[in-house]
Amino acid sequence: MSTLTEGHSVTEAARNRRFGPMYSRNVKAVIARGLMATKSSNWMVMLSGFFEPVLYLISMGVGLGAIVGAVEGPGGQEISYAAYIAPALLAVSAMNGAIYDSTWNVFFKMNFAKLYQGMLYTSLGPLDVAMGEIFLALLRGLLYATGFTAVMGLMGLITTPWAILMIPASVLIAFGFASFGMGITSFMKTFQQMDWINFVMLPMFLFSATFYPLSVYPQYIQWFIQAMPLWHGVELLRQISVRTFSPATAIHIGYYLVMIVLGVLLTAGRLRKLFLK
Amino acid sequence: MVWVPELVSNEELSSKQTSTQSQGEQMQYVITAENLTKTYGDVIAVDGISFSVPAGEAFGLLGPNGAGKSTTMKMIGGVSQRTSGSLSIMGLDPESHGPEVRAHLGVVPQQDNLDEELKVRDNLLVYGRYFGLPMSYLRPKADELLEFAQLTDKAKSKVDALSGGMKRRLTIARSLINEPRILLLDEPTTGLDPQARHILWDRLFRLKEQGVTLILTTHYMDEAEQLCDRLIVVDKGRIMAEGSPASLIREYSTREVLELRFGSERNATIGAELEGIGERLETLPDRVLIYAHDGEAALEQVSARGLRPLTSLVRRSSLEDVFLRLTGRSLVD
Repeated sequence: MSTLTEGHSVTEAARNRRFGPMYSRNVKAVIARGLMATKSSNWMVMLSGFFEPVLYLISMGVGLGAIVGAVEGPGGQEISYAAYIAPALLAVSAMNGAIYDSTWNVFFKMNFAKLYQGMLYTSLGPLDVAMGEIFLALLRGLLYATGFTAVMGLMGLITTPWAILMIPASVLIAFGFASFGMGITSFMKTFQQMDWINFVMLPMFLFSATFYPLSVYPQYIQWFIQAMPLWHGVELLRQISVRTFSPATAIHIGYYLVMIVLGVLLTAGRLRKLFLK
Repeated sequence: MVWVPELVSNEELSSKQTSTQSQGEQMQYVITAENLTKTYGDVIAVDGISFSVPAGEAFGLLGPNGAGKSTTMKMIGGVSQRTSGSLSIMGLDPESHGPEVRAHLGVVPQQDNLDEELKVRDNLLVYGRYFGLPMSYLRPKADELLEFAQLTDKAKSKVDALSGGMKRRLTIARSLINEPRILLLDEPTTGLDPQARHILWDRLFRLKEQGVTLILTTHYMDEAEQLCDRLIVVDKGRIMAEGSPASLIREYSTREVLELRFGSERNATIGAELEGIGERLETLPDRVLIYAHDGEAALEQVSARGLRPLTSLVRRSSLEDVFLRLTGRSLVD
């Protein structure tokens, strides 16, 4: 057998390490693993995740839209109902993709496939694993967002080139949900507990000003909805889709930046607690 | 960082070892544990154990369930934080230098945790990537290890399709991808059939010949006798005995054991009449054990007292006798 020599990349990486035993600058190995695994499986799940919002858009936007007619957009301009709900559905799709990857997928890998236990017995640290998994969730979010934006274009729902910015904004939304979702999943031990996630996600999808404006609610419910992450995503994408920006745009983006930071810290801390106890 | 000077190749390590040994000085230890302690709340899993393992040794951790073996293994790998005591793996503390320490460890966990979403050969490649190893190194290495694990024709199979023994061999092959100096094996052959066990033992023996330090936990005493140069018997987190299999048998048992069966009802009463034969007598519900240097002679003494056992058996003392003597016969749950 040959012998690994001094100054090998392993030790090289270790020497440059920050964050102590948490991180070994090898997120790409976790990503490479995820891509290789996706290649051999998961295709159907990925496709269904893409079609879900498209089906909603067709049924609600085209079908229901025929009755509703034109509605008032973020800047006060008249837009079709389909154009009104399409950015909201894009935000929902970014959320769903990220949540699916970071909750059910992670739950399975953590508790059944014991994938992370294996990874953490190598040179990888918990932060490498968390960042790699979150990146994969974002990659999926990016694919969904790109596909959905293309569908919007084909349906004639895009009126400004600025709408292309909905794609990076969707990734931002996905990042917020993925980092948080993974941290929360680390607390889950049973399938029953995992169902709680759906219990939160479905109402959030239906009531976050997705299909109608926030103004239909009484004031205190409006505040509650505004505290939820999806509403910020819906509003952000809706503003971008018609190129109407306001100070609120910055608040929506800021909301997600804070969510990302807290989510990554939570996840890394939890992984450390679970696997390096 | 202190890491660099520690990085000597295997050959250097063994040459150092022989030179120091020839001078009669102390050996080079790859693992040193002192007063290692781990508690989970009120439960003391590992209770102040100390041991050292020189490079190239096959070192066994024996003990009943819950004795603290796996916890000790986890602390060595730096995936469990010790409560107190000190631990040094090749001069490094695994807690603060987890990734560096693990770069030189191979780990075979109690339960296979192969990546079921990947094919057999990809399992090796991806695992190597976790160590930051380049593909130019990993491709030939993966083929070499598949050969070693006798899985070459399964390279493109799914992990699902492998038998228990194959999965175990793949797990061992995977643990060798980074050419570890220390291989941690947590019950490597549990659940395998005899053929698969013997193949595994053969592979582990070859690794030992190549100078890999083996740290192994097992429930199988024959496995420990086969593989371990030295072992510790652990019970309730403490070391009960330490030594080579042969020396432990000498110290804690006799050369031979005479097993007598008088029928379930009579074993206890007859046990009293056998006092004085051999060095030690143990009365069990189903049989009476007489520990003696010469089993045949002991059997003659039994006959001389006019006792006629239903069956009698003289056998060599084994590590199992030592183990049961040290850790007791009652079930541990």
